[in-house]
Amino acid sequence: MARAVTNRRKAIVTVAAWLIAIAIFFPIFWIVVLSFKTEGNAIKDPLEVLTSAWTFDSYATVQERSNYFRHFWNSVILSVGSTVLGLIIAVPAAWAMAFVPGKRTKDVLMWMLSTKMLPPVGVLVPIYLIFRDLGLLDSRIGLVIVLTLINLPIIVWMLYTYFREIPGEILEAARMDGATLRDEIIHVLTPMAVPGIASTLLLNIILAWNEAFWTLNLTAAKAAPLTAFIASYSSPEGLFYAKLSAASTMAIAPILIMGWFSQKQLVRGLTFGAVK
Amino acid sequence: MVVPYPVHSEPERPLMATQHSRAAARLMISPAVLLLLGWMLIPLCMTLYFSFLRYNLLMPGMEEFTGWMNYRFFLTDPAFMDALVNTLLLVGGVLLITTVGGTLLALLLDQPFWGQGIVRIMVIAPFFVMPTVSALVWKNMFMNPVNGLFGHLFQSLGLQPYDFLSQAPLASIIFIVSWQWLPFATLILLTAFQSLDQEQLEAAEMDGAPALARFWYIMLPHLARAITVVVLIQTIFLLSIFAEILVTTGGGPGTASTNLTYLIYMQSLLQFDVGMGSAGGVVAIILANIVAIFLMRMIGKNLDA
Repeated sequence: MARAVTNRRKAIVTVAAWLIAIAIFFPIFWIVVLSFKTEGNAIKDPLEVLTSAWTFDSYATVQERSNYFRHFWNSVILSVGSTVLGLIIAVPAAWAMAFVPGKRTKDVLMWMLSTKMLPPVGVLVPIYLIFRDLGLLDSRIGLVIVLTLINLPIIVWMLYTYFREIPGEILEAARMDGATLRDEIIHVLTPMAVPGIASTLLLNIILAWNEAFWTLNLTAAKAAPLTAFIASYSSPEGLFYAKLSAASTMAIAPILIMGWFSQKQLVRGLTFGAVK
Repeated sequence: MVVPYPVHSEPERPLMATQHSRAAARLMISPAVLLLLGWMLIPLCMTLYFSFLRYNLLMPGMEEFTGWMNYRFFLTDPAFMDALVNTLLLVGGVLLITTVGGTLLALLLDQPFWGQGIVRIMVIAPFFVMPTVSALVWKNMFMNPVNGLFGHLFQSLGLQPYDFLSQAPLASIIFIVSWQWLPFATLILLTAFQSLDQEQLEAAEMDGAPALARFWYIMLPHLARAITVVVLIQTIFLLSIFAEILVTTGGGPGTASTNLTYLIYMQSLLQFDVGMGSAGGVVAIILANIVAIFLMRMIGKNLDA
């Protein structure tokens, strides 16, 4: 009897959960569908859209017309570049804070967090002017720097919460066994730190890839990543549904896949370790 | 799990080594600190300085000190009040939808059902869609009165097509942003649900506590912390919503969907009024700080735990 009830309950929950999930996911599904249609078919009735012929034309057109891959490449350079640069700066800092905490470690961490609270628009004007004067507007190097700095607090925090979980006793044991500092770092600490560093890398690439305040305001054409490229479809090109969809699909697909792998890290990283 | 600080737990270690490692630690931390300090202080001081100048990029060389004039103009401009109200509505609306919706959805997804993994992946997906894509997709493919899906739907129901973004611009943007942030709230609240003590729930059920009472007295208090974190973190991001407005309505019609971020952007980069834009920036910083103080307290507490 009890079993029948749980199964019925499970069936109801399943139906409800799937209906909601499909509703939430539908826009993404729809972009992918439209991206494989001709412009003429993409604006038809939904049912007619689904039954019409499939084609790769839009993908080819997007690349031909606007050199899509340059923007894609910009996005890759900006997100990976800023994340790697951020890690180079943050790993030693987080390391020191986790393993050699001082009286002020907590204050430093909190202060770093507070820089993240600064609304970007509050410093838009000076950054814009500094960039203009240094010739950094619409340059990839300039944006890599900005993205590194805005994500640095998150990187430090994430790494810190991971490093803090590495037990100190293991170091003790290694030292007892006669390990040198070099052995300690290479054979003991690095393997334990790598998962945390990898998660941080993943989450920050996602954040940098989707960043849409600085990338929109500091780029024009040359260094524009996908966020800015897609924004150029605002109008009137946005009415070409198939091309907009093809461009969008390519822009979100890589990050969507990475994102699915980093759900857990996302929670931890974006809540600064407050929810695990 | 609380991990003791390894170095503190080894008082027998020679003092020299500790001092040595402290110096090394300071050296390792300083690049990050100095960079962030520069990133924060230099532009902040410049914003503050510009906000007291009459400074328009179209009239170079005419800069002069004007005291509080920029602030007076910015704060008495009717667009400021509109933008402030819109900002509050946008932040409040999205928060309401995502926290209530996220709690209910997390509650549902926490039950056992078939296909949990796939459903989870589908629900979380919108969070990874870049803001410009989600805004444009909703604007063109769904809300467009002629060819959008909602247009087709309305037509098939025999209704007049409705131009969402010009008739109800702010509500439409709230809807789009909520779609982006609902997954975030759901994911965090689901994580919190999963750390709930199941035995306590079962015990309450055995004692005959109805489902609503269990939710209200056991689940909700357990979620309180996660909900607070969701609210505070989203607020920080939502105060700075920009791309969604830029590509959908451009702040219009009039100021109907202009938030503070967008207003300041228009004044500084479209009207080239550096002084006024900076005054607005200072106001935005002050408002964000009020939120930040609460968030920092929350996270700071966690650091002690």
